[in-house]
Amino acid sequence: MGQRDVVITGVGLVSSLGEGLEAHAGALKDPSAVNVDATTYAPFSVHPAVALELDRQIPKKLDQKQMEPWQRLGTYAAGLALEMAGLKGDKEKLSETQLIVAAGGGERDYAVDGQILTEMPKSATPGVLLNEKLMGELRPTLFLAQLSNLLAGNISIVHGVTGASRTFMGEEQCGVDAVRIAFERIRAGQGDRFLVGSSYNSERPDSLLIFAMGGVLKQGGFAPVQKREASPGMILGSAGAFFVMEAREAAEARGATILAELADVSATRSIRDAGAVAASLGVAIDAVKPALSGAVAVISGASGCADITAEEFDVIAEKLPGAPIRATGNRLGHALESQFAVSLALGVLTLKDGALFPPAAGSGEAPADTAPQSVLVTSVGHKRGEGAAALKRTQ
Amino acid sequence: MKDRNGRPVVVVTGIGLVTSLGQGKTDNWAALTAGKSGIRQITRFPTGGLRTTIAGTVDFVKAEPFCAAQLSENFARIAVEEAVGEAKIGGKGDFPGPLFIAVPPVEMEWPQREALAKASGQTGDVTYADLLKAAATGAFKPWHDLFLFGTVADRLAETFGTKGSPISLSTACSSGATAIQLGVEAIRRGETDAALCVGTDGSVQAEALIRFSLLSALSTQNDPPEGASKPFSKNRDGFVMGEGAAALVLESYASAKARGAKILGVIAGCGEKGDGFHRTRTSPDGMPAILAMRGAIADAGLTPDDIDYVNAHGTSTPENDKMESLGCMAVMGERMKSVPISSNKSMIGHTLTAAGAVEAVFSLLTIANQKIPPTINYAQPDPAIPLDVVPNVARDARVRHVMSNSFGFGGQNTVLLFAAEARQ
Repeated sequence: MGQRDVVITGVGLVSSLGEGLEAHAGALKDPSAVNVDATTYAPFSVHPAVALELDRQIPKKLDQKQMEPWQRLGTYAAGLALEMAGLKGDKEKLSETQLIVAAGGGERDYAVDGQILTEMPKSATPGVLLNEKLMGELRPTLFLAQLSNLLAGNISIVHGVTGASRTFMGEEQCGVDAVRIAFERIRAGQGDRFLVGSSYNSERPDSLLIFAMGGVLKQGGFAPVQKREASPGMILGSAGAFFVMEAREAAEARGATILAELADVSATRSIRDAGAVAASLGVAIDAVKPALSGAVAVISGASGCADITAEEFDVIAEKLPGAPIRATGNRLGHALESQFAVSLALGVLTLKDGALFPPAAGSGEAPADTAPQSVLVTSVGHKRGEGAAALKRTQ
Repeated sequence: MKDRNGRPVVVVTGIGLVTSLGQGKTDNWAALTAGKSGIRQITRFPTGGLRTTIAGTVDFVKAEPFCAAQLSENFARIAVEEAVGEAKIGGKGDFPGPLFIAVPPVEMEWPQREALAKASGQTGDVTYADLLKAAATGAFKPWHDLFLFGTVADRLAETFGTKGSPISLSTACSSGATAIQLGVEAIRRGETDAALCVGTDGSVQAEALIRFSLLSALSTQNDPPEGASKPFSKNRDGFVMGEGAAALVLESYASAKARGAKILGVIAGCGEKGDGFHRTRTSPDGMPAILAMRGAIADAGLTPDDIDYVNAHGTSTPENDKMESLGCMAVMGERMKSVPISSNKSMIGHTLTAAGAVEAVFSLLTIANQKIPPTINYAQPDPAIPLDVVPNVARDARVRHVMSNSFGFGGQNTVLLFAAEARQ
């Protein structure tokens, strides 16, 4: 198979720090800029998304209404990416663009759930009560805001991206795999142009609940991911991040501005014994390392689950001694399925601006003194999955 | 052997299956070609207050705790055991390729919410704050992993020793076909010689059923249960939820030949097309489905005249069957009136996430046995669908090429093309 170059021509990013790459570049210059809500879901904190002027990327109110927040975040970010790539409204190209989305599921109707849980213990026939309540109280179209593949579906409807869509599920690792599969398909000539990305809404108690059960959420307010030994875990963050990925020749043929080259992606799996993350992430880093050149900066998606986060930083330091590291989680939180895409977006931003953003306050991250020529992006899922990508500055 | 585009030819060397008709491909094929229905009254939860009370549940497989995530995992294990056993590939727990698995979106269910509510000690109005409080005690730790989206795939990867990062995916009701397509692509890229492709769905739970019911997607003709799913009939009124799993071992032709494996069939082509018209409805002109079918035929290097049989998506909803029929006629022209098309869903219901993989297995069995399974419950022909739906009784036929359609909410259209023989 001929191996083609894969380039990124559009990035859409929305998070707790703002919308768009420029806004993020600005916010990240302040080492202590972080947007945390420590009260709504106490003892857990979240990084809430900034308010979006939805009309700008999702013009029809009906479409806005048919989505829940996680889908709006993603559909909005997808629009930003297409705009930046110069593809917005280009019906012909969009109808051939493939979509790979990393997604979880959607929000529940909290009021209905609460009512049912309140009444069930008092009912002689709780199963029938459940049926009747759900049949009577649920908004019929809520299902469409819950289905994992309906983020992709909404992007097809709102932006006309209709080559075909595939949705990958599975927390952090599906974000790595979405990028990896798009990369491999472009490289092998199984597609020229992909819109790839993810979104996650952290401001939802039903999602927090899963991770609270596992004891993998940090309690008691914000701390940098490197400094969470006292209360290890994630602080979830709302975010949407999308990319336009193209074969270099396809991007050049349409005169697109190339933001960065995606030079390699690797995804690995381990059984999570002590040392497993270091070994498995080490394999992923080794796989993409030959694609890195010149001064390297590292963007880590570390979760803050202390043991595995320590292993991650150790193996990065071992593989790339002296390379400056920035943890996405120190600035925008942990966005689960979207974490890798968010980290990748910060990597593209770094190469585009020719400078790495400053260390997060209190993190112990080292300052960077040279302009990075390439970026290593790492991912270690809070429960499973390791991955790495190499981004290169375009010539 | 390479195809005309210089890509490795992809063949199937192992299949495994569990549906409401039984466990294993032998029992399933016997029941399917006998026109038996697996649709029955739901007994696993109370159906009082529901408009639909039937489904193609797989009641002979147990799960603990009983929830869609665990049941889907258990179905998948059964199917993969059979497929890998038939293919005789790799060592035990050492499958030489990646895993692509279509799984239903996983969610915590009502028994768990009830347990958390109870543990919170809240006796007044229960809110999510109470559930969070109970969750933070650490008493429910195993449910974290159980309800992660990536868990089923990870556990299967562990047991069967698949290589690399396992991929869990959803393209709604075409998911099973997409899992196979991902495997085909990986082999064609030369990334691997083998891939394990699975579709599984055990999500017949009250809320899942109610969600489809609220969208008016389900048949309400509950009595008799086995008569409810009637694809292409004039009186069709919705689909019936089904359960099951199917697994396929995909290999490059060269690798299968080299190790002397028995080739069960060839995956000659894949086609897909998105639809941005509506969240649940298809473009009125049917073009996305038409383009997906044409894409699969072209990918296989065939023409519409080569198709001997269509394994229909055939959900038994008024919209799907009409649009699918129109699409087939647009692709095949006048000839479509004499091309047999049948729907397995008339017997097993709509196995949702698993359907594309289950129907891929039935398509391969159709080729292997040179027998076309019927569309049962066909008593009232729909004049708008003037097709040979293989009514009610299986039929012996010469079948070299099968087109299998899968369509889903969210504009998903995926079509697979199976062939009896590999060609260059």
